[in-house]
Amino acid sequence: MARIIVVTSGKGGVGKTTTSAAIAMGLAKKGHKTAVIDFDVGLRNLDLIMGCERRVVYDFVNVINGEATLNQALIRDKNCNLLYILPASQTRDKDALSQEGVGKILDELKKDFKYIVCDSPAGIEKGAHLAMYFADDAFIVTNPEVSSVRDSDRMLGILSSKSRRAEQNEEPIREYLLLSRYAPDRVKLGEMLSVDDVQEILSLHLLGVIPESKSVLNASNSGMPVILDEKSDAGQAYADIVARYLGEERPHRFIDEKKGLFGMFFGGK
Amino acid sequence: MSIDAQKDTILEFKSSTFSVPVLVLVSNDMIAIEQQLKEKIHLAPEFFKNSPLVLDVQELNKNELDINVTKLIGTIRALGLLPIGIRKGSTEQNLQALKLGVPVHTSHHVTVVAPEQKQQPPQPAPAPVISESAVPAPTTMITHPVRSGQRIYAVGDLVILAQVSAGAEIMAEGNIHVYGSLRGRALAGVQGNTEARIFCSDLQAELISIAGNYKISEDLNGTVLHQPVQIYLQNHTLVIKDI
Repeated sequence: MARIIVVTSGKGGVGKTTTSAAIAMGLAKKGHKTAVIDFDVGLRNLDLIMGCERRVVYDFVNVINGEATLNQALIRDKNCNLLYILPASQTRDKDALSQEGVGKILDELKKDFKYIVCDSPAGIEKGAHLAMYFADDAFIVTNPEVSSVRDSDRMLGILSSKSRRAEQNEEPIREYLLLSRYAPDRVKLGEMLSVDDVQEILSLHLLGVIPESKSVLNASNSGMPVILDEKSDAGQAYADIVARYLGEERPHRFIDEKKGLFGMFFGGK
Repeated sequence: MSIDAQKDTILEFKSSTFSVPVLVLVSNDMIAIEQQLKEKIHLAPEFFKNSPLVLDVQELNKNELDINVTKLIGTIRALGLLPIGIRKGSTEQNLQALKLGVPVHTSHHVTVVAPEQKQQPPQPAPAPVISESAVPAPTTMITHPVRSGQRIYAVGDLVILAQVSAGAEIMAEGNIHVYGSLRGRALAGVQGNTEARIFCSDLQAELISIAGNYKISEDLNGTVLHQPVQIYLQNHTLVIKDI
């Protein structure tokens, strides 16, 4: 049974698109046929992060309007042939999306794909609403600072009251916390909230901590999802997250300051 | 048609209990009553807007102060309240009330003595005793966290077995219990029940209020923050006490 994952946060700039690209790639690399959809109509970014911006012909809105078929619009990733990208339209706005249209596309994708990752735009308006409406699982991307945490909390409230699962009284969306741009040294100085602080406020299952890392920016610039950079800490963090999501037990890393080589291996308690 | 209607019952009478504010009068000075009511309403216009109300004239009759019930009901209605009963009235007062369609509540049960008003449905017995200390309305139980931006309103007591996030709002006409961190706003006794209390196992609220008397988080001092406390009203002041 296909599962729809929404990557959402409420706040902008916390790493939703980076996360969507990384986990979609991670799931595909693990052998699951995966599609990733950019819901940020008008502010298209996912294609850049995935490095497929020069291959976009048709987009999400074209498919909704019946101007192209899903197969015409889906772009196969150049690094992994189990991964497909459905880009957003850059020339339209969120009003071009309709609940009915999105539902139809997701139903069609569900027949063929194991995981469908929806990259939500920031905010809680129409685009974000439609991105989460049909979701089975939600990855809440939060930065360790108060405004991001509060916006995530708001988004969690919307997930539990306005999603399809909530409206139809089905089993609620499974919610996971991804704490991104985490810098243990700054937490120590009191400049950032700690993992414990964020978990206490959100009371949510922690799927993983992604450290603040130069490799994320490098990956974005080169159009390669950071998870492919297996040497980088952020890449490893995303690999852990995908493995944990798929049911593997892996100890948390990147929560404490680096402690040299041994600390890297045995740290993260 | 009429036979069908008799066969298939399309209505039924049920007995239920409501919590309704009671207006207890101790003076028959109409001008003063109107003035004080206006002041009360001004404090919480939303609470009182179209609020049902039972008039209690026991104190007046005890002190042999007569009051023109027709005029009183007119005044109350003009202020936007909806009188739905009179209690402890004299025969004369009860008749005046009934003429205006306001039922008479006797001390033990309600009997609507209105033979000439056939449109009044017969009250099922035993009829409810309408008072502020009536049998409590059902308790609302919430087992999941109340997130920022969510609002919960309970007619009776509200029990929350999880946290209440900053930016969330929980309201109850009765008591509020939060077995988790209370970081949002909690308003108990929102229909004016001054006996309502708030209980929480970790007080970090943005705002707490009982029957319209409120404190914001700035007013909460360090000794009660992050503590398990109960909050209640004493002489119109909120008291926050450890439990």
